[in-house]
Parts: sequence; structure tokens; C-alpha cells
Amino acid sequence: MSELRLMLFVAGDTPRSREAAANLARVCSELLANGVHIETVDVLLQPDRADEYRILTTPTVVRDGTPPRARVTGDLSDATKVLAALSLFANPQPA
Amino acid sequence: MAATVQKHATGIPGFDLIAEGGLPRARATLIAGSAGSAKTVLATHFLAAGIINDHEPGVFVTFEDRVEDLRANMLGFGWDIAEWERKGQWCFVDAAPVPDERTPIIGDFDLSGLLVRIEHAIRKIGAKRIALDSLNALFVQFPHQEILRAELFRITTALKRIGVTIVFTGERVNEYGEVTRHGIEEFVADNVVILRNLLDNERRRRTIEILKLRGAPHQRGEFPFTITSRDGVVVIPLSRMELTQTSSTIRVTSGNDALDTMCGGGFLRDSIVLVSGATGTGKTLVVTQFMAGGIAAGERCLLFAFEESKDQLFRNAEAWGYDFAEMEASGMLKVVNRYPHAMAMEDHLVEMQQIIKDFNPQRVAVDSLSALERVSALRSFREFVISLTSFLKQRETTGLFASTTPSLFGGSSVTEKHISTLTDSIILLRYVETAGRLRRSIVLLKMRGSLHDLNLREYVIDQAGMHIGDPFTSVGGILVGNATFMNGDGAGDY
Repeated sequence: MSELRLMLFVAGDTPRSREAAANLARVCSELLANGVHIETVDVLLQPDRADEYRILTTPTVVRDGTPPRARVTGDLSDATKVLAALSLFANPQPA
Repeated sequence: MAATVQKHATGIPGFDLIAEGGLPRARATLIAGSAGSAKTVLATHFLAAGIINDHEPGVFVTFEDRVEDLRANMLGFGWDIAEWERKGQWCFVDAAPVPDERTPIIGDFDLSGLLVRIEHAIRKIGAKRIALDSLNALFVQFPHQEILRAELFRITTALKRIGVTIVFTGERVNEYGEVTRHGIEEFVADNVVILRNLLDNERRRRTIEILKLRGAPHQRGEFPFTITSRDGVVVIPLSRMELTQTSSTIRVTSGNDALDTMCGGGFLRDSIVLVSGATGTGKTLVVTQFMAGGIAAGERCLLFAFEESKDQLFRNAEAWGYDFAEMEASGMLKVVNRYPHAMAMEDHLVEMQQIIKDFNPQRVAVDSLSALERVSALRSFREFVISLTSFLKQRETTGLFASTTPSLFGGSSVTEKHISTLTDSIILLRYVETAGRLRRSIVLLKMRGSLHDLNLREYVIDQAGMHIGDPFTSVGGILVGNATFMNGDGAGDY
């Protein structure tokens, strides 16, 4: 099974960027079993990639590689909604 | 007193006249209009004119239309966006929604991604102008009014700091009422331009209004505009047109010696003459003489015919002894036949102006204005006459407009009522009924800047054209359509 690739587009090292990164990391480590590769892209440094992925809002997570393509934007504070938006399923929680 | 804001010409025909110079640099202008009001065309024209006229590169941010569609649609105006992109004069920022891909929103977000891409595009090509079309689509994608307003304010502030001239579009719900659906203008627009697409007498009529232009003077009210494949958006800046009075003292022939004599030696060169008469009085003959007289004097003559086909016109002319076919073959005469219903008045105007520019005649005749009046709203018609009149005057071209009166005897047409003040001279052709015979009379009602014959004269029409004779001394009341014989004044002569 191929590794899930997520790209997190942020604009600079701001509190909101860090919060979104932390939220996304927590969702992945706590709720997803398989390894997830998270790449953080700072649009201020890489505007071409923002163009390529047609990013308007930040922070934005783009699920690329393994279908379906999906994206979600915001500070990602609600884990359940983040998973739903990216068509991911949480592992059964240990009792 | 503080200097007013420095404006920069947009290059959109007519727009800079009503904006009294153009749009200021580093300011944001909202183009607001209902669906189909040509917001996108105007926004595109703003960038295209920058590239064509000023070598100013432009960035187009699309929130709605697909980039491929814009490239294809705008090619119809001769704007080859793909070519400009290759030359580094145009750059798209594609912010249209990705099909089948929603972007759910969880928590706070900002539009930094968009701002970064716009700034990147501006830097890449050294853009001086930017268009954002349309902000409403952005509100549909991200229905968070508060965040969007704050972010749009941040983006426009950043763009102003860069120094680019900004135009963005917004949709209106009603033609009259709130400026835009989301109240964007209060937050980001220094200037507001409103486009309207109104139904007037079952006809579409486009108007443009500059609602505000912060810190700078501009023309007020609605101005008609049209969209042509050759020029894009063309604003018709009526009140900016100067209706100069006849200043020339040079005489040109009317094509009829007796009429020249009545006029005191011919028409004045840069004057506009209206010839009014009921059907059959010989208006087309006056027009024909005017054209033939010009050509005989070595002038280029242009005739816009809205009533008769070319064949019919040429046959008429031939019957009076004028060979239009030969005149046209010599290149001195151009006859343009148009069906009045074929286009809106604004389109007729723009096309006629273009033909006049291309052919560069010394004389222009329109046969007839009343044919155009029948198919237009009164306001459009009057604007048309003002525009055409001032256009001809600026070019020092002699103009002759024919107008048909609805009643056979006396009276005046709507055409005359509304344009008589715009023309320099008026020739009335009227029927006179005397002793069971229908006769014709001609009189010069006015002739600005010249003495002229005040007599009502009889004329006859035969194979050799129009023959103007003696005054009607024995008949009164002709002009009001109520001819009566005067007592003891040779009433029986006729």
C-alpha cells in the first residue's frame, strides 16, 4: 500500500501556520495507522507551487498522489472533520 | 489647494473622457454590474489597452471563468491573450474553482495563498495593471463574509503599495439600488464604475456610470456604450462632446445653384444641414444633388442609406441624371446601405464613425434619420444625433441629414423636434395644395452664421433634377399646413 502524501500549504511561520501544522500532525499520528508523509510548503518561499496547486487560502491541506484528490482549508482544529474532508478513515481506537 | 489625483489613461475608447483623464495609479476601481453587463469584457479591455497602447503588462485574476475560455472568448475582440502570455505581457492567476473539488473550511483561514500568487505574477512580468474578475465568485467559493472582506482589504492594500492600477468586478442584483451584492465597494474600492444593461422600448441599452472617483473630478450620470468586435468596449461620451457652432466661412455647393443662392452662396463647410419633408417631396433628390455636387467639386462623398436599397438609390439618381455607379467606381463616392433594425443605435454610431474615419470624406449624407428614429428609443436617438453631429464637426465635414415628416402638409416630425437645435441649417420641403393641384415649396428655416433667403419658393422636379423658382407670394399658411390664398395678390397666377 502506497504511502499517503499530504501537502500543507502555509504562508510564513505564523501562529496559525504552526497551529495548523500541529493539528494535522496530531490527526495523522493519533488517528491514522499507516505512515503519512506530510510536506509543508511555505507559499511565500515557493509561489510557483501555490500556482501549481491553485492555492488561494492558507493554511490548506492537499491530498495528492493516492486518489481521491481532496483538500481542506483552515486551522484544522476539528480532527473528525479534517479526516472526512480528506476522505480518510480513522483506525479503530484501542479500548 | 491640493492637487487632484494624477490619472492615467486607460486607453478604453471614450472612457478616459468621462473619467476626465483615466484611472489613478495605485487605486482600486470596482466595476459593478448585473449579469451580462460586460464586466469581464471591460476588465479584459482594461488590460488589453494597457498592453496595446502603453506596453504595460497586466495580470488577470479569474475567480470564475476558466482560463482557456477567457483566451478563446477574448480572441473575438482581436485580443490574443495566449500571444501576450508568451511575450510576458499578460499573466493569469487561475483562482477559478477546481471542478469536482470542494474546499471544506475548518476554522480560521486567510487569503495569503492568493496574495502571494498575485504578487508573484506581478513581479514576474512587471505588471502595471491588474484585473480581478469577479469577487462574487470568491464569495461563493468561501462564504465567510467577515474573513473575505478583511482579506480583500489586505490584498488591495498590498497591491496599492506595489503601485499597480487595480480593477475588480462585482455583481449587482438590481440595475438601480445597492452597488454590489456583498458590499465589497465600501471596503476596497476607491472608485466605483457601474455598468447597466437596460431594456428600453424593447431594446437593450448599455450604459456606464462613474459613481465615484475618489479625490478627482469626473463626468456624472449614465453614458451609453457598446461592444464591438473591432474595438471592444466603446463609451460614447456625450456631454464631453463639444457642439461647436459653425466656424467656417468657406462655402460648399449644395449641388443645386438655386439652392446655393438661397443659402447665400452654398452651405458652410463644417455645418450640419437637416432637410425635412413629407414622402415624395424630394429629400433623396436633395441628398443626391449634394453628393453629386461634392464629387464635381473634387470632394469625397459618403452616403448612409437606411431607407432604400443600393439598386433603388442608383436608379433614382440615374433618373435625375446622376451616374452614381460611375462616381462610386471613381472612388469618390461611397454608398453604405444598412437596415435600421440590424443593430442598436450605439452600434450604428460606432460603425458609421469607423466608416467615416476609414473613407475620410468631405461630405456625409444620411438618408434618412427618421428611418433610424423609428427603431430606437428617443434618448438613444438623440444621443446618436449629438454624437454623429459633433464627430462630423470635429472633422470639418459637411453633413446633410434627411428627415421624413409624417404628415403631408405642415407639421414637424419627432426627429426635427429633437434635433433641430443640433443642426446648423434646416431646409423644409412642403407640399402646397392650390386650386386642385399639389405643388411643392422649399424654404430655409434657419441657417446659422449666414444671411439667407427667407422666401418660400416653389420648385419642380423633372428628369434634370430640382428646379427652384419664384416665391409663393399669393399663398399663406403653408408651413402650418393650412394654405390659404391671399386676396388681390395675384392669387390666380398659379
